[in-house]
Amino acid sequence: MSRHTLSVLVQDQPGVLARVAGLFSRRGFNIESLAVGPTEIPSVSRMTIVVNVEGLVLEQVTKQLNKLINVLKIVELDEATSVQREIMLVKVKADAETRSHILETVQLFRAKVVDVANDAVTIEATGKHEKLEALLRVLEPYGIKELVKSGLVAMGRGPRSITDRSVRSLDRTG
Amino acid sequence: MGEQITGAQSLVYALETAGVTDVFGIPGGAILPLYDPLMDSPSIRHILVRHEQGAGHAAEGYAYVSGKVGVCMATSGPGATNLVTPLADANMDSVPMVAITGQVPSPSIGTDAFQEADIRGITMPITKHSFLVTNPDDIPRAIAEAFHLASTGRPGPVLVDVSKDALQGSTTFEWPLSLDLPGYHPVTRPHAKQIREAARMIIDAKSPVLYVGGGVMRARASQALMRLAELTGIPVVTTLMARGAFPDSHPLHLGMPGMHGTVAAVGALQKSDLLITLGARFDDRVTGRLSTFAPDAAIIHADIDPAEIGKNRDADVPIVGDLAEIIPDLVTAIEAEYAAGRRGDYEAWWSVVGRWRETYPLGYDLPDDGSLSPQYVIERLGIISGPESIYAAGVGQHQMWAAQFVKYERPDSWINSGGLGTMGFAVPAAMGAKVGAPDRTVWAVDGDGCFQMTNQELVTCAINDIPIKVALINNSSLGMVRQWQTLFYNERYSNTDLHSHRIPDFVKLADAYGCHGLRCESPEEVDATIEKAMGMNDAPVVIDFVVHRDAMVWPMVAAGTSNDDILVARSMAPQWGSDD
Repeated sequence: MSRHTLSVLVQDQPGVLARVAGLFSRRGFNIESLAVGPTEIPSVSRMTIVVNVEGLVLEQVTKQLNKLINVLKIVELDEATSVQREIMLVKVKADAETRSHILETVQLFRAKVVDVANDAVTIEATGKHEKLEALLRVLEPYGIKELVKSGLVAMGRGPRSITDRSVRSLDRTG
Repeated sequence: MGEQITGAQSLVYALETAGVTDVFGIPGGAILPLYDPLMDSPSIRHILVRHEQGAGHAAEGYAYVSGKVGVCMATSGPGATNLVTPLADANMDSVPMVAITGQVPSPSIGTDAFQEADIRGITMPITKHSFLVTNPDDIPRAIAEAFHLASTGRPGPVLVDVSKDALQGSTTFEWPLSLDLPGYHPVTRPHAKQIREAARMIIDAKSPVLYVGGGVMRARASQALMRLAELTGIPVVTTLMARGAFPDSHPLHLGMPGMHGTVAAVGALQKSDLLITLGARFDDRVTGRLSTFAPDAAIIHADIDPAEIGKNRDADVPIVGDLAEIIPDLVTAIEAEYAAGRRGDYEAWWSVVGRWRETYPLGYDLPDDGSLSPQYVIERLGIISGPESIYAAGVGQHQMWAAQFVKYERPDSWINSGGLGTMGFAVPAAMGAKVGAPDRTVWAVDGDGCFQMTNQELVTCAINDIPIKVALINNSSLGMVRQWQTLFYNERYSNTDLHSHRIPDFVKLADAYGCHGLRCESPEEVDATIEKAMGMNDAPVVIDFVVHRDAMVWPMVAAGTSNDDILVARSMAPQWGSDD
């Protein structure tokens, strides 16, 4: 088993997320993370799906996804040749004594403090999965009051775009 | 263009433009606006069924024999949910079908309104695609796309759910000039390199088998298959979904593989060195325990659906495309090999499979007490009614016997629920088939369990002049389940006795439904009863064949075991021969 990141371009239509999520659950494929959002083309949304499966199963996942009528294109993004990011907001206990230590940690991880209260700070951090896990390990001893993470988003490095001509032709506005 | 009409009228125009001539359905609150203009359609015949499940299976039976898209219609809520089983059935067996359902008015969607069900959500996993239309202007496009999706690529069911306000709203009718399906591009042209590679493997193989599935039926590629088989002389097996794709009388045919297949067909797959898989999907009922299936075979896998390739069994040569193109291309590539002096030699292989076929033909024992044998009834039915008839089966023992003992000589003569295994399929499917092929004799070969699930459609048949014939194989039990109880549950017959030798009286039931009812209880009466039914064409006929209940379907590969362990009868394994 290994982690694979799939970028899935879909028509922005009602029910498309249910179709994709339903496919994963009924075929017994496990989703580690899923993020959905708009793209530069108004009628096209992009899902970034992280699955932990072996190679043959990954092939089935891709083929079954491709059978969904609203799915336009699927690209697997290799970790080495793509930028992969998650965003995390974490509320940490912080009193006068610990606050400076926490701020130091925030700087080390190139995270930032987005909210401060008397006895807590809220930290925003972006990065790869491993970096965020490392930050969390350091923050844990101070006491984590609340944690939220986005799904992973990813984009291939270099000048090429996965929204190639065939997908661009859907852009009726431009 | 330009004239203001209702969405409902637009939907009727759209169906007419799509070429629809027959629809099976039942009206209700949410779909009522559609039924008003439907009444005035000059080209669409609507057949009022008695249960929406019947409408769905009828649409399937219609599609099977006509090659057209079958259409069924239901109202919102319970009307729509009654279509769930036929939709799932059509999805499993790749039957082209469009289901149109009414939906509550769009402002009420999501409020648990009267007769509201999220049918699009419910059917997402069991349809090829689905639409929810709430704007009357979107109706023609949804219908055009639904028919295109249902009938192209790997065929399947498509649901179009239309809200009541979309049916009542004002619009203009405009048939779309182009479809808006940017994510749908079924590959039909096979890859030339793969075809050449497949041809080379076929030449080099010592013990190849043409493993033919229902995809050959859907591609209407039977004639091409005949050319390929006769050119190469390779043994052919036809799966449950492909019965009739290749004539049973042909010397290259080894019969049906699978759980109740012939020894020759099952053995040939097991001992093969090359499976030329055409529109089949390595279903568990064919492969037995997958890890022991055809262990020495290389696999050529040709299918219109790329997701089938490698799903259950790795393919050495995958070929994605339309079998109507793939098979002729294979023929051409093999002819080129022959021209270059390369030719396969399967003589030794034929001496092996030929011996299996001779030694282990399909057969059955007659009951000791002189009562009626179900296999005998079905065998005689096939002989008397002949290969131009259509045979629709339910699910269970009678289905397997109808697959084994009726001899199929042409495509579109065998209709059954293969993938989903839907009991109650036969009567409504036969009804749809008779509407789709009115000039052919249509038999529903049904069991007493199945028949009691959907026989209300006999009323529809009687009233609408759809004279189907029902051969009811009445063993007074859920026969296949009983067979498993005999073999695997120590003969403890928990809830499989239907008592239908006593209740209901099927002859009286047929009479009450406006059908002819006949009963046959002894072997001597079989031919005469079938012939009598053959002559009754003014109304549907039901023959209650009261048969022995202990008959079992053989051969059998028990579920979850290896095809190597096929039994020809209880505790009787075939001898594969010294060259194993």
